[in-house]
Amino acid sequence: MKKNQTLENAIAAIPSGAVVMVGGFGNPGTPFSLINELVRQGQTGLTIIKNDANEPGHGLSRLIENGQVRKLITTHIGLNKGVIELMNQGDLEVAFHPQGMLAEKIRTAGAGSFGFLTDIGIDSEITQPEDLLEWQGQTYKVEMALPAAYALIHAAQADWIGNLVYQGSAINFSPLMAMAANHVIVETPDLGAPGRFKPEHVHTPGAFVDSIVPLESLTSEYGVLEHHVRR
Amino acid sequence: MSAAERILSRAVNEITPGSIVNLGIGLPTQVIRYLPDDFDVQIHSENGILGAWKQSPPEAMDPFLIDAAGAYVSLREGASLFDSAVSFALIRRARLDLTMIGAFEVDEQGNLANWKIPGKFSPGIGGAMELAQKTPRIVVLTTHTDKHGRPKILKSCRLPLTAKACVSRIVSDLAVMDVTPQGLVVREKLVEISDADLQARTEAELTFAA
Repeated sequence: MKKNQTLENAIAAIPSGAVVMVGGFGNPGTPFSLINELVRQGQTGLTIIKNDANEPGHGLSRLIENGQVRKLITTHIGLNKGVIELMNQGDLEVAFHPQGMLAEKIRTAGAGSFGFLTDIGIDSEITQPEDLLEWQGQTYKVEMALPAAYALIHAAQADWIGNLVYQGSAINFSPLMAMAANHVIVETPDLGAPGRFKPEHVHTPGAFVDSIVPLESLTSEYGVLEHHVRR
Repeated sequence: MSAAERILSRAVNEITPGSIVNLGIGLPTQVIRYLPDDFDVQIHSENGILGAWKQSPPEAMDPFLIDAAGAYVSLREGASLFDSAVSFALIRRARLDLTMIGAFEVDEQGNLANWKIPGKFSPGIGGAMELAQKTPRIVVLTTHTDKHGRPKILKSCRLPLTAKACVSRIVSDLAVMDVTPQGLVVREKLVEISDADLQARTEAELTFAA
């Protein structure tokens, strides 16, 4: 079955108030084209789950700056002073998780389980007494799975039945989110016919993917950010 | 040499051959520039790289390959790339030997605070809590005092902790200090400074090794 969709139709599936996972760690893996279409369509009251908020004027930061995000579930926003300011003013609710805990909560949802036990952050302020579980003489923190209705994913390559391949450090949260969301929307600059990948080289099997938006080319947003080039 | 250059050029000596090392956001990621090209080390970057290496020249730079601080990196031979769950499995299973990490505050019990200044600057936890809690050896890279001249090396951290009693060593722009059961022991000075002057810039009580 071909899962090809236009950018407009793919993003129109997302209603206001939705919980949306967005792949990417910094620029690599951020689905800029899908996010920009969400900015254009203007859905509001969104809860976004993403490792970071990108940098001012880029990617997820645009959606936040446009007032479309009610809550951000994230790990680190240190490269975005504007978003820190919105959080400090109370204009954006932000929930921080340790990065590997966020990944594992998403992976757990993607694996069809409901939670896991850990000791990460167990004696820090991110843990409340009600999060603790005594089991056979040990104390653990309960971390619940974190599912979402939608995921926005950038893949380096795809075929039209939804098999995905990622590149470089752009893998990060994408394969986990593709498993954890009910409706997975993928953008890719390189879409081809099934059979193009060696089956054992597929990162995300196509059954997890609902729609694929082919990109004609990658805009400059996907390129090198000059201020991260060391002189 | 600037304060940062003093910290970095001393910090690079903390990396032993054959080790797996995570470099945190801020000063630590810059340590990679001070490593000899043939040095036997695997640099882990928590966004999913084992075997990250120095930045390529602009014409060879890969926009899809960054370190945890967003700087473009290259890969060494034998590098591997993986998702965030695998990356943190490596950390929580203590497969790293050393993490170098920045600090807002560090104290004489080895407690570390680097994720939250309530109401002011809260960048978030990132990978710091898991790295600090699970890496066998944590070396903090920090200026000895903040930009207002106030000590960052304290008797007891006042900010929310990243992890308790996790720090083994502190490399500042002035000295190298070890966290011991008897408190902080100064192992080296990186500038000409008297014991009294160094103590005056430090809230924690320092012991000076003979």
